[in-house]
Amino acid sequence: MSATAVHSLWTMAGEVTSAAPGDRFTAPTIEYAQLAPVLIVIGAAVLGILVEAFVPRRARYTTQVFLTVVAIAAAFAAVVGLAADGYATKNAQIAAMGAVAVDGPALFLQGTILLVSMVSVFTFAERRLDPASHGNRVDSFAAQAGSVPGSDGEKAAVKAGFTTTEVFPLALFSVAGMLVFPAANDLLTLFIALEVFSLPLYLLCAVARRKRLMSQEAAVKYFLLGAFSSAFLLFGIALLYGYAGTVSYAGIGDVVDGSVQQIDPALAGTMGNDALLLIGAAMILMGLLFKVGAVPFHMWTPDVYQGAPTPVTGFMAAATKVAAFGALLRLLYVVLPGLTWDLRPVMWGVAIVTMLGGAIVAITQTDIKRLLAYSSIAHAGFILAGVIAASPEGISSVLFYLAVYSFVTVGAFAVVTLVRDAGGEATHLSKWAGLGRRSPLTAAVFAVFLLSFAGIPLTSGFSGKFAVFKAAADGGASGLVVVGVISSAIAAFFYIRVIVLMFFSEPKADGPTVAVPSPLTMTTIAVGVAVTLVLGLAPQYFLDLASQAGVFVR
Amino acid sequence: MNPVNYLYLAALLFTIGASGVLIRRNAIVVFMCVELMLNACNLTLVAFSRMHGNLDGQIIAFFTMVVAAAEVVIGLAIIVSLFRSRHSASVDDASLMKL
Repeated sequence: MSATAVHSLWTMAGEVTSAAPGDRFTAPTIEYAQLAPVLIVIGAAVLGILVEAFVPRRARYTTQVFLTVVAIAAAFAAVVGLAADGYATKNAQIAAMGAVAVDGPALFLQGTILLVSMVSVFTFAERRLDPASHGNRVDSFAAQAGSVPGSDGEKAAVKAGFTTTEVFPLALFSVAGMLVFPAANDLLTLFIALEVFSLPLYLLCAVARRKRLMSQEAAVKYFLLGAFSSAFLLFGIALLYGYAGTVSYAGIGDVVDGSVQQIDPALAGTMGNDALLLIGAAMILMGLLFKVGAVPFHMWTPDVYQGAPTPVTGFMAAATKVAAFGALLRLLYVVLPGLTWDLRPVMWGVAIVTMLGGAIVAITQTDIKRLLAYSSIAHAGFILAGVIAASPEGISSVLFYLAVYSFVTVGAFAVVTLVRDAGGEATHLSKWAGLGRRSPLTAAVFAVFLLSFAGIPLTSGFSGKFAVFKAAADGGASGLVVVGVISSAIAAFFYIRVIVLMFFSEPKADGPTVAVPSPLTMTTIAVGVAVTLVLGLAPQYFLDLASQAGVFVR
Repeated sequence: MNPVNYLYLAALLFTIGASGVLIRRNAIVVFMCVELMLNACNLTLVAFSRMHGNLDGQIIAFFTMVVAAAEVVIGLAIIVSLFRSRHSASVDDASLMKL
């Protein structure tokens, strides 16, 4: 296209919009009821900031916990209400001028994210694990995140009994972003939601009470790599916008399929340009695969999971994965179905190296949090196998797996917070030796979680893995299933090794003690165990629910 | 001038930014390189916006600027707190956790 033609197009467009200012502006219609879950959470987060500003320090903790729990419960009620009104099935629609989809997968994942966040917030609020300092009960978060570790300022803050109650509104902002992420129906909303849930997470990583240097280091690594990957995502968005002339999922999907009715002459030049499409799609996928922690974009996962405060790790491991896989599913099924065959080899490769890489590297780990981090990478690979299936069963099996996996993860990290010695949490595996003799209940609960991760029958992990692998095999990805089963076997080895270590080795004299938690953490762990057993023994109802929810609106 | 040239410039800036993130060792400089990448994205969006004759790209560029500003706030907070506890902003020194 020549420069003059471009210029005339530009001025023409300018004339149309400037011809009658005021007349041509129509206010956007926003469906507030359908967006209620997100709005409730964001509203509560803003209120939480005001609480920080105006409520006296003594009362902040109680106020924040109350506000957060009520907001998440209300948002969950809103999600259930929307689902009951049929928005998950026949009434599925696109709200807010095409920005947000209200459909089955979105509501299912939003419900999962809210429930998981609820139990995570319970672990955030736990105050009985750390020994009381200066007569104040303290949680896992720094007295004052801005103070230098080991300085006089920090000692004064600890003595004064400060706590970082800002974590609750930060968590709420993050949850709000996660709610939008799987529902985003245009690329701009996708990017903004990604940033809204990532930025608070970067901060949450940095505010551990113990091992603060490690915590800050984790935050820097997560932040720099996260910003790097979101820049790639944004460049991908820019290229897809250049390709299709629009950022709405349906609009791009039409162009990719070649089913556009009338081609705008201004766009004819770029629409045929497959380089824009392929590079753009690859860069967006890169950004999303970074968030789910797939190999080769996984390098941040172990360090961040290890360094972040353990309640935050549990929240991040569970909820981020749900949100990011939701967005990945919608992108692949709504925007890029026309590219399924082009992307298949790449996605196959990523899934295979993720499954094998996560499982193999996990064997050499000596830290329980790093071990769980590599196990989460392997699980990302299993879920990717379901994503690649490219069938309705693929969607519903991924939804089911995400629900299963997230509750087990939060529960497992909640158990990690209980095993402590003088330096805080005792995360080195050697310290876990003989835990089963000293506190059989804790070790048994952790064993249940590990068996579920390993996918042993009668646990939820088995139902999830079975659903995902079955969908993948039916979708023509038998090779992936073979690799998946092999890496499950490798992964089972190190899960079982931890169980053996806990139950069949002598406890050490200077071993860690298991703290008795308040009902908050107990609830988190109990919910994890309940979900593991119920979805392991009677998964059918939830599988049906997931398959009813497994249709994207377009 | 042909707007396609701006796309080449943007791709070049993006590549410089990405190489900077990978090569430079100071957290602040790494972060500045990320900002350069975001600005390259903005330039791409605006150039495409002009080529297509619709305004979506320019609107997205505004959103990107806001996001970049928010990222600066969070990023500097984290990097400064790291610097104050270690007296170094080098990403190589931050290596308590390895393997």
